[in-house]
Amino acid sequence: MMSEIPYIAVVALIGIGLYIVMFKRNLIKLAMGITLIETGANLFLITLAYRSGDRLSAPVMTSQIMGGGAPAYSLPTPHALTLTSIVIGVATTALLLAFFMQLYKKFKVSSVDEMRRLRG
Amino acid sequence: MSFYDDLIANAPALIVAIPLLFAFATPLVSKINKGLRNVWAFLAVLLSGALMYVLAWEIFKDGGDLASVYVFGGDNAEVFNVLENVRITFYVDGMAAFMGLIMATVAFGAIIYSFSFVKKYSGQDKYYTLLLLMLAANFGMVFTGDLFNLFVWFEVSSVAICGLIAFRTNRGESFEGAAKYLIYSTIAGLLLLFAIGLLYGEYGHLNIKYLSSAIGAGGSMLMIDRIALGILVTVFALKAGAVPMHMATPDGYSEAPAPITAMMVTASQAGLYAMFRSTFTLYGGNIQNAVEQLDLLHAAGYLLVILGVLSMFVGVTLALVQKDIKRLMAYHAISQTGYMLLGVGVGLAVYAQGGNNDFAEFGRTAMAGGIFHIFNHALYKGLLFLTAGAIIYKAGTRDLNKMGGLGRDMKMTALFFIIGALAIAGVPPANGFASKFLIYESVFRFNPVIGAVAMLVSLLTLASFVKVFYSAFMGPKNPDMKVGEVPKTMLIGMAVLAGMILVFSFLPSLVLSEIVDPAVTALAGPGPAIDFNLTLFSGQGGWNALVFLVVFIVMFILGYLLRLVLGNKGTTPKNEGAKPYLFGNPTEIGGVPIVVSGSNVYWGFIRALKRYYRPMEKMHSGLINEYVFWFMGTIGLVMLALMVLI
Amino acid sequence: MKEMSPVVRTVTKIAFGFILIFGLYIIIHGHLTPGGGFQGGAIIGTLMALYLVAFGATKWRKKIYSIIESSGLLIFIVTGLIGLVAGSFFFNFIGGTGSPVFGQELNTGEMIEGVWFPSNTAPLLSAGTIPIMNMAVGLEVIAGLTLIVVTMGLFAFAGKEGDE
Repeated sequence: MMSEIPYIAVVALIGIGLYIVMFKRNLIKLAMGITLIETGANLFLITLAYRSGDRLSAPVMTSQIMGGGAPAYSLPTPHALTLTSIVIGVATTALLLAFFMQLYKKFKVSSVDEMRRLRG
Repeated sequence: MSFYDDLIANAPALIVAIPLLFAFATPLVSKINKGLRNVWAFLAVLLSGALMYVLAWEIFKDGGDLASVYVFGGDNAEVFNVLENVRITFYVDGMAAFMGLIMATVAFGAIIYSFSFVKKYSGQDKYYTLLLLMLAANFGMVFTGDLFNLFVWFEVSSVAICGLIAFRTNRGESFEGAAKYLIYSTIAGLLLLFAIGLLYGEYGHLNIKYLSSAIGAGGSMLMIDRIALGILVTVFALKAGAVPMHMATPDGYSEAPAPITAMMVTASQAGLYAMFRSTFTLYGGNIQNAVEQLDLLHAAGYLLVILGVLSMFVGVTLALVQKDIKRLMAYHAISQTGYMLLGVGVGLAVYAQGGNNDFAEFGRTAMAGGIFHIFNHALYKGLLFLTAGAIIYKAGTRDLNKMGGLGRDMKMTALFFIIGALAIAGVPPANGFASKFLIYESVFRFNPVIGAVAMLVSLLTLASFVKVFYSAFMGPKNPDMKVGEVPKTMLIGMAVLAGMILVFSFLPSLVLSEIVDPAVTALAGPGPAIDFNLTLFSGQGGWNALVFLVVFIVMFILGYLLRLVLGNKGTTPKNEGAKPYLFGNPTEIGGVPIVVSGSNVYWGFIRALKRYYRPMEKMHSGLINEYVFWFMGTIGLVMLALMVLI
Repeated sequence: MKEMSPVVRTVTKIAFGFILIFGLYIIIHGHLTPGGGFQGGAIIGTLMALYLVAFGATKWRKKIYSIIESSGLLIFIVTGLIGLVAGSFFFNFIGGTGSPVFGQELNTGEMIEGVWFPSNTAPLLSAGTIPIMNMAVGLEVIAGLTLIVVTMGLFAFAGKEGDE
């Protein structure tokens, strides 16, 4: 049971993030909702690296871990996947916030209701 | 090994690396000289496009069943064992080389066109950098053999495209279109990451070839496999622009500059490629052993057919009411995506029936039609968007009601527009007819109602392009418009695509046997050999474009001779019959003429169907929340269908 | 933007050196301890944001950061292409060869007659092209995040475009 709690947190984060994107009107809240979904997906990826046992640690190559027998660390691949995903998230969030800033400057828009010039 | 062999062995990595290298160096080069930057960007597209053609020639050479495999960071680029190696690989087989050819061709036309299209804007070095990044991301998405690498290229492509949509910073609507497209693509990308995480957590590897032998190896499909398939298919359908996930596509397509929209079409088709890869290859590896996998693929085939029919119908009916020229063309892009989904969906549904010979009869033809349609669509849609860009360049507006009379000066652009409009409507002898012919005949065998709907959609497509032609090119000259033809480089860019369309129109069987059939073989296994013949044979009939052209020219000459012999009688005007009329009504009320502006030409048709159009317009409300709601609703329904009903 | 009070400015000047050294440490030791190019670069980008908030600015030299960013990216991709000449793309052509430029072997200890003798000899100068790529990415992330932060920060006052 204790090892299932991160998965429940993932579902909660993605669920709350989707609720915010689907039902909230303020633009900054939309950006926060997307960040929440991203955090949930990253948490899911990093939880997959868990391996149970004793003396386990992060995949770092120092003498404490590599010594005295078989090296014991958690799976390193999900760490790389999560790092890549965080970097992509930073780029996307920066671009999205830049677009919202420009929209505010041109049209004084701060809510989705007013951002409806392209429709039909 | 000689230099040529080395080049071919390293080609998949070079095709992605060359645009990246040139893109990273473009800001430095543009600080030296502006003209040098244009040459630099053109050199990037030329080099990677030429290398792509050489690689495609090598792969398609002997029937197309060999694939080029490239391991990143491996000791030797050729020898590796997939079950023991965890490196990132590029796997280029027939289907991937096919998509790469499309991207190289359209990018070549688009970058020649861009030289004079963006000349008066500031921020051009950012434009060229992002264009080369987008090209590298498109190539990467179709070459990769690793699921997480697919996600990375998917996101790079989204970010580069949204940066380019907002290129015109003086218009505020560009930012709105870019923000909507970015929110939509980001949420889709994050759900894709979730599905990839599910598959990785279950099977431990991310390599597509390994996963195709591991999924279903136990004989049954787990719940995780079904959920992952549902998410994968829906997310890639969103990237391709299928209904009901199409809401942000017209916004993005209409605000981008015209050559970028032509390349966005190929990026959407990379999404289609990823969808076909994940159904045929990823989930199709163990078909002989697992009956449940066969049922799942059969359901996925029906799902693609339903998405295709919805896309075709909704796309074209909504295009009839548009007032903005690029938004209208974007809805047509959605509708044509429906044709591709329909063709390959019928192929998948029949492939996964197992046991009978239907696939060899008409399933393969349906798949060949759908895949051929991908190439044709990229060519004629790219050409149409480039001509729309030329119209906007001259007219200064995108509204169909405000432009007119451009045909007197822009004769070459009008000619290219006619070629593109005939191709998209599927009128013989254009290449659109060749691929639609294959789709009509095989889909009719599958279900006659769907075949009839496909033909109806073609008709409405022609109707809406007649409307655009009338609004933009015909009529008296408007004094607000600029005079003269568009600059030469724009004409050359359009001519590249138009030339490819003409080649495909008159030699469709060559394309089918050399390029499309290896792609179908790569997805669905080998089939009967097709050899080159001037006539294109589907299972039940044949189409020969050269015979049609000869008959057309003979009839035209006969008609002209008849007119010369019989003389030009004309008509004599009588009193009431000589006045113009409009649907039975007079054209003047109290001396003031009634003018039907360009976008309202079909007002009668639309008013008669107002029970369909009013709810549709309410559904496309412009709120981003509703867009995401439709997307989540569709994912929910698809997952429910795949989990519970099968 | 207005600058903040003297207390904030003085503490920022003192903390500048520490944060810079910390960020560079994380970048350079990326192949041994947790960290790497992006993480260290993000720390130094935060330092630039701190500078912007504490001192205020009205104009800045955008060109030098753009050049740094492009050169960082170019070093990255050129390293990959040199690997192409030597084997395949991104092939680690320095690692394990024993050269003093990041080529030494990682040595974490040896087992003599059943007893483990740990030692961390030559850990920094190992792992081939990985530290070179870390430093290139670090350079690029520093410049890139500085560009983003300063452009957004000056946006409301100068009115330039906010696109990257």
